[in-house]
Amino acid sequence: MSWRTNLGRALACAVLLLVVSLSLAANWLAPAGYAKQYREAADAPPSREHWLGTDEIGRDRFARVLYGTRISLLLAPAAALLTTLMAALVGGLGGYLGGRWARGAMAVTDLFLSLPWLFLLITVRAMMPLNVSPLASVLVTFLMLGLLGWTSAARVLCSTAGSLRESDFVRQARASGICGWRLFWIHVLPNLKPVLYAQFWISIPAFILSEANLGILGLGVAEPMPSWGSLLKELEGMVSVGEEPWKFVPLILLVVVVTSFQLVLSKQEEVAA
Amino acid sequence: MKDLLGRLAGMTIIGKKLIAVPIVCLGLLASSAWAQGELRFCLRSEPKTFDPLKVEDDASVTIRYLTGGVLMRMNRRTQVLEPELAESWKVSKDGKQITFKLRSGISFSDGTPFSAEDVAYTVKQLMDPALHSPTGDAFRSGPGNVETKIISPVQISITFPAAVAGLDRQFDQVAILSAHSPKKEMAVLGPFMVADYQPGATVLLKRNPNYWKTDAQGRKLPYLDSIELDIQPNRDVEMLRFKRGEIDLVNSLDSEYFDKLAATSPQLVHDAGPSLDSEQMWFNEVAKAPLPEYKKNWFRSAAFRRAISEAINRDDLSRVVFRGHAQAAVGPVSPANKFWFNARLKAEVYSPDAALKALQADGFHLQDGILKDKDGNAVVFSIITNSGNKYRERMATMIQEDLQKIGIRVNVVTLDFPSLIERMTQTFDYEAILLGLTNIGLDPNEQMNVWLSSSENHQWNPQEKSPETAWEAEIDRLMKAQASTADAKKRKEDFDRVQEIAVEQQPFIYLVNRNALSAVASSVQGASPVILAPQTYWNVETLSLKYSKPLTGQLRQNP
Amino acid sequence: MPGVKIIARNIARHVIAIVATVLLGGFLAATLVRLAPGFDVDEEQLDPHLNAESVQALRQARLEQHNIFAFYFYSLQRAAHGDLGTSISLGQPVSRLLRERAPLTLRLVGVGLLLSWAVAMALALSAAWLRVTAYDALTTVITGTFLCIPAAVLALLSVLWNVPGALAIALIVFPRVYRYARNLLAKAYSLPHIVTARAKGLSELRILFWHVVPVAGPQLLAVAGVSVSIAVGAAIPVEALCGLAGVGQLAWQAALARDLPLLTNLTILVTLVTLLANSGADVIGQMLRGQEA
Repeated sequence: MSWRTNLGRALACAVLLLVVSLSLAANWLAPAGYAKQYREAADAPPSREHWLGTDEIGRDRFARVLYGTRISLLLAPAAALLTTLMAALVGGLGGYLGGRWARGAMAVTDLFLSLPWLFLLITVRAMMPLNVSPLASVLVTFLMLGLLGWTSAARVLCSTAGSLRESDFVRQARASGICGWRLFWIHVLPNLKPVLYAQFWISIPAFILSEANLGILGLGVAEPMPSWGSLLKELEGMVSVGEEPWKFVPLILLVVVVTSFQLVLSKQEEVAA
Repeated sequence: MKDLLGRLAGMTIIGKKLIAVPIVCLGLLASSAWAQGELRFCLRSEPKTFDPLKVEDDASVTIRYLTGGVLMRMNRRTQVLEPELAESWKVSKDGKQITFKLRSGISFSDGTPFSAEDVAYTVKQLMDPALHSPTGDAFRSGPGNVETKIISPVQISITFPAAVAGLDRQFDQVAILSAHSPKKEMAVLGPFMVADYQPGATVLLKRNPNYWKTDAQGRKLPYLDSIELDIQPNRDVEMLRFKRGEIDLVNSLDSEYFDKLAATSPQLVHDAGPSLDSEQMWFNEVAKAPLPEYKKNWFRSAAFRRAISEAINRDDLSRVVFRGHAQAAVGPVSPANKFWFNARLKAEVYSPDAALKALQADGFHLQDGILKDKDGNAVVFSIITNSGNKYRERMATMIQEDLQKIGIRVNVVTLDFPSLIERMTQTFDYEAILLGLTNIGLDPNEQMNVWLSSSENHQWNPQEKSPETAWEAEIDRLMKAQASTADAKKRKEDFDRVQEIAVEQQPFIYLVNRNALSAVASSVQGASPVILAPQTYWNVETLSLKYSKPLTGQLRQNP
Repeated sequence: MPGVKIIARNIARHVIAIVATVLLGGFLAATLVRLAPGFDVDEEQLDPHLNAESVQALRQARLEQHNIFAFYFYSLQRAAHGDLGTSISLGQPVSRLLRERAPLTLRLVGVGLLLSWAVAMALALSAAWLRVTAYDALTTVITGTFLCIPAAVLALLSVLWNVPGALAIALIVFPRVYRYARNLLAKAYSLPHIVTARAKGLSELRILFWHVVPVAGPQLLAVAGVSVSIAVGAAIPVEALCGLAGVGQLAWQAALARDLPLLTNLTILVTLVTLLANSGADVIGQMLRGQEA
């Protein structure tokens, strides 16, 4: 453990803290709010009034980034946590129990990997009222993402847990009388951590982006509320890179946050490794 | 591999052309529109059929326009009917019968000669009740059979059971099939014919060697050798390919791209002014809709609808969302429809104060900045629109802010199209919808199924057993009256009145008419984009390419 | 040879499980599509030219698929005779559509996977060998960046710069593979016997193939199995945006048009590919583990 690692981690923590506090201070930093349309200055480049320019209908992009952070930074990690737990439960437990359990868990996982979930999401939207509050809609969306996103990790976990089951130290532990949940909790789960961390880290940006894509089904964050996903979607219509570099700020911010998460986690990852 | 060989073959032809350049140089001087070549543009979806009678989707309409021979064609610039395969025609006074005199000496692309028999065959196929094609349905004015009578090989009369208003104009959409050709619908009379189709990728059209038309100098039309239609649903990619010179034309260009292109190469873009297309929103007025009774009462109140209309800033919509490439809409007919537009009507003036006053007069009141009805229900409703259409999403968000100013909370919901249609036509589980209407034809009869209260497409309240309001009954009467006469003046009076009622009652709240924007590569000669579809290639026979495209144009995405 | 017998039994078990799962997958997919709103509507119904009878006729056309059990039963019956049904939206036989488009997707996904694994393993192995914090942070930033760019943007960029779509797929898949591979390799390299081997100065390649692969191999194989389905998923936006006429583009069109026969068959195909990849990874993984024991 070098001082450099520690510095990196401290830096990452500081970045995360800064982003969180900026988003919490959005009310003061961007008093006009995320929804106000400056119709005379639509799609404007950065200026003193609008530090990151405005979007297509004249809303201040800086305010939208700040407010969008609240939703995305809170809910995406929560959904990622949910999905990681599901993966541990289905994959880890299935692999640990072995035999029929493992085969069953894997069959379910494979099915989950290949079904067109789009249609389930469309149905979920149809079951919600049209005048649902934006917050409820976004909560449901992230819940669905968390419930559906665990499959690939579960597959890898099952394989890892399967080999652990047959490893010497688990056999020894079993011989010395440790069994059941305790064995799983103390000896198996810690060894699954590399995969669990990978899953958690991958899920955060994946869910932030998926939330924006689900907007096409009427799920996700409803107008005029912003989210990082919807801000990143702006990039999709760009015919040339470099014409409007300020539109990349949400992307850079997301990369910084995701990397910081990773660096903060790296301590735990190394312990696990 | 086959594709690569095709490309190589194409390049050799270009090579030969280069050798021949000095020889045709003089010809070029005489008329620069002589160089042939391959025109390329994008289809935005997979064509569903090559059978011109079954056509319903845009991609198939494009192919029908380029390959089908018609008896007469509406000139997309002058909006006047011009003779094509028929030298002349005559519509009977009662509007039931049309008699054509056909050109002689014309043959289909496979060499089969064309005669009145083919017209009779086409009409018979088209009017087959099992076909269910929009083209055929447009002729179905009443019960009974359609009679065709071949008077001579170049003369035919067609009699319909009831008067069909604007009968001759409908033939613009009817591509004539061959009664005898073994190639069936692939034998065509239009300037091009389908030569190759790679599903999901391209449709290749080659010039029809037997096409009958010649230009003023007596040269055979069309000038182009071939047209490659690339199937590309994504607008961004289409634009990118245009910028790279891989395609030559872009129809209904996005206003953002228009401005970006105009900034660098203004000679490539064309704004032909307001088109026939309109963007509109409407409230659910269906009596059996699963909505609370008080909301139905708002939506069924003309005063409420008028107030909403007044509180929407249409000028901002056109200025911000369409960057000025749109006009505040007036009513059901776009000002671009020169003859049928009711010039007495003016666009709604934006006035939130007047809207609020009108609402207060109707029993609504403001309480802590929230508009409430007389029973104290806060006025909240949702507007749904189809996802993926950024203009509609933005318009809805702007309307959301506009209505906020008079204390109304609007929720904007985007839905995928099938879900939206189901809510709109079957479950009626919606409050307001924002959609656009594409108008292809100019005649009021094109909109018949929108205005008749008994119709499926009477969106705000479809399939009424009998008209539920007096003004709907009046519209029904006027629409039927104008359809049953061939007297243009009388028809215009009736339809003017329909437009006035529509503006008074606001069943549709018309928002904007988008401008017809297009882009044409500088290599294309003879293009003069218009507002009517197909904007850029309506005069495809006389389009030509100035020079063969650079090699980069031949590069293609390979997996 | 009892070993062979066990493997044969294992394979047989896998085959039965695959067939059962594929059939179940098809049925569940058909049910999902059927129950989702918008199933029995067509955009064409909005054409104002159509009269009432024609709109009714359009609706009738969907009626035969209303009962999902009957639909599935008849489809299976037809499939047994080699007829996979006809696509509603494209009006062509499903078997022909799949035959025409599968090779392109196969190539696209195959090349994309190879590329992504090459990049991911190169990064993960070098990170594991070097164990330098700065290098690890750098790879984290690079992979993190690609993870944060929407797939549609990557696809658009591939069109913009005229690079093959397979590269876009590789860029979507590799950060995911990298994260798993890096963590699994890091764990393997921290095992006591491997640390000892390195201290003894054994060559890195020898350590990799003799010590690390047997430990991390089965799990990496599981990642490989999963990466196939990630790549197949990535093929949908890439094909749709790059205008590549493959199965991914077909799936997108079918979903928008609620094309039940096409969607059911596509799900069956994707399930089959997923299962084959994952079961293949399992079987090889078990063989590796058997060797190790």
